[in-house]
Amino acid sequence: MIPLWMYLLVAAALFCMGAYAVLARRNAVAILMGVELMLNAVNINLVGFWRYQQPLNMAGQAFAAFVFVIAAAEAAVGLAIIISVYRQRKSVIPDEADTLKG
Amino acid sequence: MLELNVQTLAFFVFALFVLGGGLGVITTRNLVHGTLYLILSLFGVAGFFVLLSAPFLAVVQVLVYIGAIAILIVFAVMLTRSMTSLHEVVNRQWVLSTIVAVLLFVMLTVTIILPVWGQDGSLAGQPVSEVVATTTDLGKALVDGNQYVLPFEVASLLLTAAMIGAIVIARDDE
Amino acid sequence: MNLNDILSNPDLLPWLIPVGPLLAFFIIMLATNRAKMVPATSHEYGGHHPDYDGMKVPVVTLQSRILSVTVGMLGTLTAWVLSLITVSNAFGAQHFGEEVFGDRLNWLATGVGEFTMGVLVDPFTTVMLIMVPIAVTMIFIYSIGYMAHDPRQSRFFALISLFAGAMLTLVVADNLLLMFVGWEIMGLCSYLLIGFWFEKESAYKAAIKAFTTTRVADVIMLLGIAYLYASAGTLSFRDILYNEAMLEHLASTPAIILGGWGLSAAGLIGVFLIIGTIGKSAQFPLHVWLPDAMEGPTPVSAMIHAAAMVSAGVYAIIRMYPLFEAGGNPHAGEFTTPLMLMAIVGGFTALFSATIAVAQNDVKRVLAYSTISQLGFMMAALGIGAYIAAAFHLITHAFFKALLFMASGSVIHGMEHGEHHVHEHHAHDEHDEAHGHDDHHDHGHHFDPQDMMNMGGLRKTMPVTFWTFLLGGLSLSGFPLLTAGFWSKDEILADAWLGLTHGFGAPAFVFIMLCLAAFLTAFYTMRQLGLTFMGEPRTEEAAHANLGQGIVSFTMTLPLIILAFLAVVAGFAGVHPDFPLFGAIFSPEHNWFHHFVGPTLLHEPASIDFSIVPVLFSFGVALGGLGLGYWMYWRKPLEAGQPDPLVSILGTVHPVLKNKYYLDELYATLFIQPSQWFARVVVSDFMDHGIIDGVLHLIARVFTWIGDLIKNLNIWLIDGVGDGIPELIAIFGTWFRRIQTGRIQQYMLLVVIAMIVIALIFAVSSGFLVQAAG
Repeated sequence: MIPLWMYLLVAAALFCMGAYAVLARRNAVAILMGVELMLNAVNINLVGFWRYQQPLNMAGQAFAAFVFVIAAAEAAVGLAIIISVYRQRKSVIPDEADTLKG
Repeated sequence: MLELNVQTLAFFVFALFVLGGGLGVITTRNLVHGTLYLILSLFGVAGFFVLLSAPFLAVVQVLVYIGAIAILIVFAVMLTRSMTSLHEVVNRQWVLSTIVAVLLFVMLTVTIILPVWGQDGSLAGQPVSEVVATTTDLGKALVDGNQYVLPFEVASLLLTAAMIGAIVIARDDE
Repeated sequence: MNLNDILSNPDLLPWLIPVGPLLAFFIIMLATNRAKMVPATSHEYGGHHPDYDGMKVPVVTLQSRILSVTVGMLGTLTAWVLSLITVSNAFGAQHFGEEVFGDRLNWLATGVGEFTMGVLVDPFTTVMLIMVPIAVTMIFIYSIGYMAHDPRQSRFFALISLFAGAMLTLVVADNLLLMFVGWEIMGLCSYLLIGFWFEKESAYKAAIKAFTTTRVADVIMLLGIAYLYASAGTLSFRDILYNEAMLEHLASTPAIILGGWGLSAAGLIGVFLIIGTIGKSAQFPLHVWLPDAMEGPTPVSAMIHAAAMVSAGVYAIIRMYPLFEAGGNPHAGEFTTPLMLMAIVGGFTALFSATIAVAQNDVKRVLAYSTISQLGFMMAALGIGAYIAAAFHLITHAFFKALLFMASGSVIHGMEHGEHHVHEHHAHDEHDEAHGHDDHHDHGHHFDPQDMMNMGGLRKTMPVTFWTFLLGGLSLSGFPLLTAGFWSKDEILADAWLGLTHGFGAPAFVFIMLCLAAFLTAFYTMRQLGLTFMGEPRTEEAAHANLGQGIVSFTMTLPLIILAFLAVVAGFAGVHPDFPLFGAIFSPEHNWFHHFVGPTLLHEPASIDFSIVPVLFSFGVALGGLGLGYWMYWRKPLEAGQPDPLVSILGTVHPVLKNKYYLDELYATLFIQPSQWFARVVVSDFMDHGIIDGVLHLIARVFTWIGDLIKNLNIWLIDGVGDGIPELIAIFGTWFRRIQTGRIQQYMLLVVIAMIVIALIFAVSSGFLVQAAG
């Protein structure tokens, strides 16, 4: 069997990649894709721990299911916002959206 | 340690999909390519789910993530003319972000992975049907009054709100 | 205790005597001295003083004039009335002399004893109380007219009231301290009154001269008083002078200085007190202030030099006489040091100033030197032990000298009238507009109304003045038998002759000096009368000199008449019972004056036997001097422009006499200029400006420096902190603000970094890392 820590390692790597994308990409849609990566990493963690620690308790899978839901909702709304902003400002670069600059 | 069997091989293939796809997502200039890379990564994750005896989630992953979200992203890319790469890939703080990402990885490794380093999944050797809850159990759990029916209902509300919200926000004003 | 009790009690009544004039002083000064302001060029102001051009000067209002005169007269009349009551009480008292009127109050408590204030009326005080109020009242009446046009008449009356009050205080005082108080007040008043016309430089300089000269003497007198207090423990006259034991004690104690040379305490005290009198009564060498004091108005001269101030000096000596006599017996030829001093100084001064008087041309100056001379007579008399004679001469001198001064004042007043008349006359004659009213001073020479060479023939225009002046002058000269001056002077000479016949040196010296002085006195008096009144007027001003009509002239002639009367008859109180004819008329039993005043002393002086020799000498010198004066100045009175024959007779001596033996110049070089140099260089420049100002400036600079330091510290520290904190906050804020970039990815990055840091902290603090590493 694959040791748990391997799954966790992959998940951690994926999470950090997603974090990098969120922090460093210039395009808003790319940022959103990074967010999806992070959420997937979380799911891997959840399911991995469920399988190796408490396979009889449905909490792990249920939680993963709810993460799906959240991810979907967030993707939908986020993309709607990006489209709306694009219509207003003709730009999808978050760095240019600095009207709250103090 | 690791036996060389189909499971191990599958694991490494799927890991490759996941990490490779991820890498592609974060580095590509062309966002359509990036979306495709994302799909690849998601497939890998679905494969993980299968390996982890969560078949339902694997299917849901494919259906929802790849079938809905990724497609959505493609539409968004198209609607925002982002496929043409006119700008830089990364912003000003990419160096610091890299460092931070690495640090984050180190931190995660040290704090979460190391404690479970020795375990090799003692439970994983037993027949699945005896130790693992099935999809039916998941379905029961989601509608059981003592378990997860409330989050289930709230989640549906959330989806409704998100749906309406997305429509409203992205609507043309005319 | 009400007023009635005081008035009926002879012991307490003397307290009230000085009160009248003193109260008058305060009332006038505070209430009735109102003035109106007129331009300084106004006629009312009198002299045109260039300093005050364009300014307004105060001139007393008519209402205030009348009020002040009334108040002043009331004051002095009260004093006179109360004095008369006291005198009558004294005449009615038995054994007056042993028994006296007196009262005492404790005044100032010192550590070892008490200073007292008190009054004492003994026989000598009584005769003073006869003389002083009369003379003072006459002077007051005279002042009404004399000062009628003066812009500061009310102030004048206030000051002479104060003067009279001080004199009366001195006379009724029962101890040296209170007497000294009166003494000093008179000194102050003399300064104020001599410098009354303070616009004139010569006037205020004379006032300062009078004050400082007498001050020198007063300081030494105060030393004497202090020493007396230290030796005797008291200053009361009765306790010291009427007390045999005390006098012996003082006479036998050696003095603290010069005691080794045989000077007793009484002697030293006596010398000091006499020095005080030398200053106050203008004896050589401190006589220089008295002639200059003529700068004051004539009533002041009369007051100072006849009735009050100079008399006070002699009064003090007569008062303290037993102290001077203590340890010796002048009638037996033992002269103590104070007595010797008095005899020598008095005798010398009498002759000295008589010689100066001979060469003076100012009518008042002659009288001034004559006063000095007569005071010398009194002092010399006391020196040889002629106590009663000196007191007698003091009284008679006051009368005729006051008369003479006031009469000379009338003469001057008349001359000024004449001057005014002449210039008005001239102004009428010349219709030239170039000659304005103020131009009369530009005629080349300044007319001096006091210069006798400008007078002459005044007996026709001012007859009353002439006759009274004549009577006073004859009294001064000692015209035989019919004038008071003769009787008092004769008594002095009689005493001196007695001593001479006994072979005592001091009386012999005194006798010779006084005879010569009497001769000169008679001579210069006749000279003065001749130059002023006889012959024809030598100037046009003299021709028009008169006193006018009305209240002014009346108030000025009435006192003259009264005093002339007294100048004649006052002498009859002291006739020797053995004197041919007159003795039988006036002194059937005894010499009244001698009998009355004698008991003032513990040991009544014995009356001397009558001898015709001194009388003949008196006759001789008096008639001789009068005759010489008559021959030179009356037979052929001087014509206009004719020089004084005395100048050619005396030749080179005359300028010396005229310039008062150059004493003023000598004093100026010896004392005054060094003092001024000292005051200017040492005290003012060095001590005041150099040291004291230096210290003050230094302190100021130090404190200013400290102030600056604190100010800079303030600015640097407090402002620094106060301004610095907001600046810091602003800088901090500006720096901090840069975090708000508005870029969400940056915010997220910061969040992740923070999360990592917190995780690190948690890991380290829980020891997880160590565990994990191990």
